[in-house]
Amino acid sequence: MKNLMDKIVLPSDRFEMRLSGSGGQGMVLAAVIFSEAVGFGSSKNVAQTQSYGPEARGGASKSDVVVSPSEIFYPKAIKLDLLLAMTQEALDSYYSALKDHGILIIDDVLVTHVPTDDYYGLPFTRLAREECGHIMVANVIALAAIAEITGLVGREALEQAVLARAPRGTEDKNKKAIEVGIREAAKLKAKRKKK
Amino acid sequence: MPTPKRKLLQGNIACVQGALYAGMRFFAGYPITPSTELAEGSSRELPKIGGRFIQMEDEIASIAAVIGASVSGLKSMTATSGPGYSLMVELIGYAYITETPCVIVNVQRGGPSTGLPTKVSQSDTMQARWGTHGDYTAIAVAPSTVADTVTETIRAFNLAERFRTPVTVLLDEVIGHSRELITLPEPGEVKIYNRVKPTVPPEQFVPFVMTPNGVSPMASYGEGYRYNVTGLTHDTMGFSTNRADEIFPKLDKLRNKIMNYTDEITKIRVEMMDDAEIAFIAYGSVARASLQAATLARQAGVKVGVIQLYTIWPFPDKEIQQLTERCKAVIVGELNMGQIVTEIRRILPRELPIHTMQRYDGDILTPMQLLEKLQEVL
Repeated sequence: MKNLMDKIVLPSDRFEMRLSGSGGQGMVLAAVIFSEAVGFGSSKNVAQTQSYGPEARGGASKSDVVVSPSEIFYPKAIKLDLLLAMTQEALDSYYSALKDHGILIIDDVLVTHVPTDDYYGLPFTRLAREECGHIMVANVIALAAIAEITGLVGREALEQAVLARAPRGTEDKNKKAIEVGIREAAKLKAKRKKK
Repeated sequence: MPTPKRKLLQGNIACVQGALYAGMRFFAGYPITPSTELAEGSSRELPKIGGRFIQMEDEIASIAAVIGASVSGLKSMTATSGPGYSLMVELIGYAYITETPCVIVNVQRGGPSTGLPTKVSQSDTMQARWGTHGDYTAIAVAPSTVADTVTETIRAFNLAERFRTPVTVLLDEVIGHSRELITLPEPGEVKIYNRVKPTVPPEQFVPFVMTPNGVSPMASYGEGYRYNVTGLTHDTMGFSTNRADEIFPKLDKLRNKIMNYTDEITKIRVEMMDDAEIAFIAYGSVARASLQAATLARQAGVKVGVIQLYTIWPFPDKEIQQLTERCKAVIVGELNMGQIVTEIRRILPRELPIHTMQRYDGDILTPMQLLEKLQEVL
């Protein structure tokens, strides 16, 4: 059968996302938190993997999360339903892995060249600094935005997962980050609906 | 609805949890990527339950400590990656000949030598069988998910105790570092096997006595049973021998105690094989890519199935032969230059085409790569 590849339909019950940025932006931690939130809020299965090695120290860093109601065979992403790119380099590296009409979310201050008009852009790092008092929580704002846009995890489950991992003394900053992420993503969603 | 007992666990930590469930009370090791979380997890958990963790000066000392602890009666484990396993092989041979139960976890990375510390590989598959010199029969198991890692580690301890032999758990970097939501087994849910202890008084104790199943009851040092433990080929009292009538039985015992009981050891997963014309044969993380590829190909109308090996050694000859009887071809995916495929060539008929898909650049085989190979074969 010479046309097998044309007949392959990717599994529709798998949701595959990749959180990417540069080393230090907390992409792996964000993927772990998101995976735990899925566990707190549903009976779905989750597989979380990461690329690990020299590129985790600066350079592009990424972590994949696969969510599915059925058994997850292949643990890494095959073709992305969602890509979060916190840097230009991350977007350049992984954009081609995104499905047609997949969800693209970017930090629109740090990412300037986007090869499509169909994306959600939020200034995660700036919002973290200006509204939450620390850029450290930019990844949590992004997670909240993903939760709001995809509906994969509820606010309560996300808050539970974030606070379980947050260092003591940063609870308020993290709660604020979730609030900001959900608020800003909801605004974007409303804008897109009008279009 | 959420299942409250589910936890997001990393593969390496799941291995520690499986070991604790099986009764591990001693871990000695030397940290090495990608196995380090096993040492970290053991160092955190063992002191809480009265167990011991020791970070040794190197891998040779680690396996030595593990063997010593086991002879003293503790279920013992070490974890490493290829370079460390290479250092351990001499004393793993000592564990074979002294018939000392222990579990060695190898979270595989690319080699040879220091190779690719953070990259996945399955290139130590043959080393798990033939790593140390001499004639012996090895047992090795290969999990493919985080949940599997718990059950296979428990099984590794059970097999070690049941057969008085070292058992290797072949993990790989992808499974070791993946996180998945799993539910750990409740106490009592999985059967735990403990080594058979002597029932005779110390003065009548024959440490390597021949028994019908080939496994001698094992006394712990410090319990009053005095006996000799040596790497020299020994008689039933544990003292070295050069007599043919003692050498043959000792070496036969090492083999037969395992090979006469392969039904207790072999474990495979069989999916979609009933009417399969083509079989993917795989283990570890490649089994997951194979299951994914086969599921997708089935939806496209291709009669393809998967045989996943949980037990790698002893090799499941009979099962694979039977399952592939009606197949027109098999595809063997591996993260090496062709190791397990040599076993498959050994056991399958010459007429049956055996295709390979090998990747050794430090990344895992993808379902798409396996499907492209399948397209070629069809």
